Amino acid sequence: MRELAGFSIRIELPDVAAFNMLNSPADADGKDGTLPPVVELSGETGDLTIHLHGELTLKQATKVHNILQAQDASADARIDLSGITRLDTAGAWVVSQARMRFADAGFKLTMTGADDKADSLLRAVEDAMPKITVPEPALTGLTARLDVIGRTVLGGVRFGLALMAYLGIFLSRLARSLRHPHEFRFTSLVHHCQEVGLKAVPIVSLMAFLIGVVLAFQGSAQLRQFGAEVFVVDLIAISILRELGILLTAIIVAGRTASAFTAAIGSMKMREEIDAMRTLGLDPAMVLFVPRILALLLMLPILGLVANIAGLFGGALMSWIELGISPAMFRTRLVEGTDISHLMVGVVKAPVFALIIGIVGCHAGMQVESNAESLGRMTSNAVVAAIFAVIVADALFSIFFAQLGI
Amino acid sequence: MHDSTDNTIQDSPEVVISVRGLRNQFGTHVVHEDLHLDVYRGEILGVVGGSGTGKSVLLRTIAGLQKPAAGQVDVLGVDVLTADEETRSALEARWGVMFQDGALFSSLTVRENVEVPMRAIEGLDPDIRAALADLRISMAGLPFLAGDKYPSELSGGMRKRAGLARALALDPEIVFLDEPTAGLDPIGASAFDALIVRLSRAMGLTVFLVTHDLDTLHAVCDRIAVLAERKVLVSGTMQDMLKVDHPWVHEYFHGPRARAALDAAAAE
Repeated sequence: MRELAGFSIRIELPDVAAFNMLNSPADADGKDGTLPPVVELSGETGDLTIHLHGELTLKQATKVHNILQAQDASADARIDLSGITRLDTAGAWVVSQARMRFADAGFKLTMTGADDKADSLLRAVEDAMPKITVPEPALTGLTARLDVIGRTVLGGVRFGLALMAYLGIFLSRLARSLRHPHEFRFTSLVHHCQEVGLKAVPIVSLMAFLIGVVLAFQGSAQLRQFGAEVFVVDLIAISILRELGILLTAIIVAGRTASAFTAAIGSMKMREEIDAMRTLGLDPAMVLFVPRILALLLMLPILGLVANIAGLFGGALMSWIELGISPAMFRTRLVEGTDISHLMVGVVKAPVFALIIGIVGCHAGMQVESNAESLGRMTSNAVVAAIFAVIVADALFSIFFAQLGI
Repeated sequence: MHDSTDNTIQDSPEVVISVRGLRNQFGTHVVHEDLHLDVYRGEILGVVGGSGTGKSVLLRTIAGLQKPAAGQVDVLGVDVLTADEETRSALEARWGVMFQDGALFSSLTVRENVEVPMRAIEGLDPDIRAALADLRISMAGLPFLAGDKYPSELSGGMRKRAGLARALALDPEIVFLDEPTAGLDPIGASAFDALIVRLSRAMGLTVFLVTHDLDTLHAVCDRIAVLAERKVLVSGTMQDMLKVDHPWVHEYFHGPRARAALDAAAAE
């Protein structure tokens, strides 16, 4: 049992500060029955004896440590532990620290009155006293900032190069599967087409429908001021077919699929399944990357078309309700006023976005280490990187088409 | 320490853990049925048993992490299952648990991990807390600089040591160790065995140790409890175990691996 017994309080402290420390209200530590230890000093400097009484444990370590550290270590002294009723590692540390301080100053703090238990604990603590080694000093100030900037830039460049390498791996494996069709995983491709494409249809079409509704609603409010309500059809058609349909689809797919790729490949990486594959003569790029990225490549244009249709439908519905443009009129206006090039400009971006999402997802999955934190970190990194890269690519496309004048 | 060969000895040492009529089940699968076990102060008890005999479940039940279907568990005189929250948290400060892979908080450094239990102590100076954490880390046999590392940067053996340092942070009276040497190389495992013995002797610990490692049983344990047929089949010293003629126990303590461990222990 824990020693809860009290002890005689015999404070004859010449040191007023120590006396106050021991009798501050914080010492009324009576709720679990433990009582603070008493530090008693006798004799003058040169013949000082420190008597400790009571329980010297973690709870009292701070106070006793402060008192002992305040003692003048300029002469030999004695420390008497015979009054200690309970000593734990923290208490032993306090005593050891005091002894070490005297030893550092070139004097001795002789220990007396420790029972066998206390003695073995003190010995264990003194043996284990950590040898403090100073770690390499960290960079500070301007150097540190330059260091961070340099590392970030280098990291970005490496990331870009790594994505290029993964694109190369994908293309080479794709070419290989043309020459060796039996190595190609057709079932896997179909499975991923379902996961990536079919299962994304509801969310993608709902999103595009709502975008169409919003465009019609906002467009009509503005165009009505000029009496040009009918141009809302052009507004909807061009913005959805050229930009929004495919861009928003790609963003949703990036969130949905890049994370799924990273999580699936990453958890395999974490459990060494990828290494197991290599030892079994299976090529992870062939087995894991090709079906996934190819599925995206096939499905994203289709999802983009689904989004276009849903968006136009939403726009037509809202134009009918809000502006009284009948579906037949909407159709006529759509066919007359919107060039086929708008559709093509949109659709041509889809395979590029698909490659970006797939490669970013697979690459992030392969960066997962053997712990769960890295899986979570890489999954969220993959989504952010994929969405960002898709938007950057879209911006580059805009510039490109503007230069071409399409 | 080899005085407790039976649960009913005369000059009875203090019982710190007492399990009576314990029953654990998952669905229809009964793991423990009418299980009795006593652990005495200051001893190192090794709990062995085949896979799926519920060694870890027993540890979890005693440590209050798993609610049993029936039975009574007293630790340090407190009924773990019916104690109110305050009594329980006071009790939890008096035991420490080391989980299989250390179960360190991954977002904290090793030093911060060891400091976590000490944060509950009022009036403990942060510098002293950190110094004490460094002391525990060093007592657990880790180098000083390991304190600044995160658990993911450590090897399995170092994580176990750090887990032990955290379990011992409040100078508990009882420590529960779940497979302390699993996954360690023989040298690392023997070093860990020696560490457990040294710390338990220096700090007067009672150790409840779940293991598969026969060398650990030989090197560390004062007493062994064998879990089989849903209860503690036998308990006693290594010598007692060698005399038991239950088929599983006989196979376990007389198999080729056991023989090798026994020879190694005899050679020391």
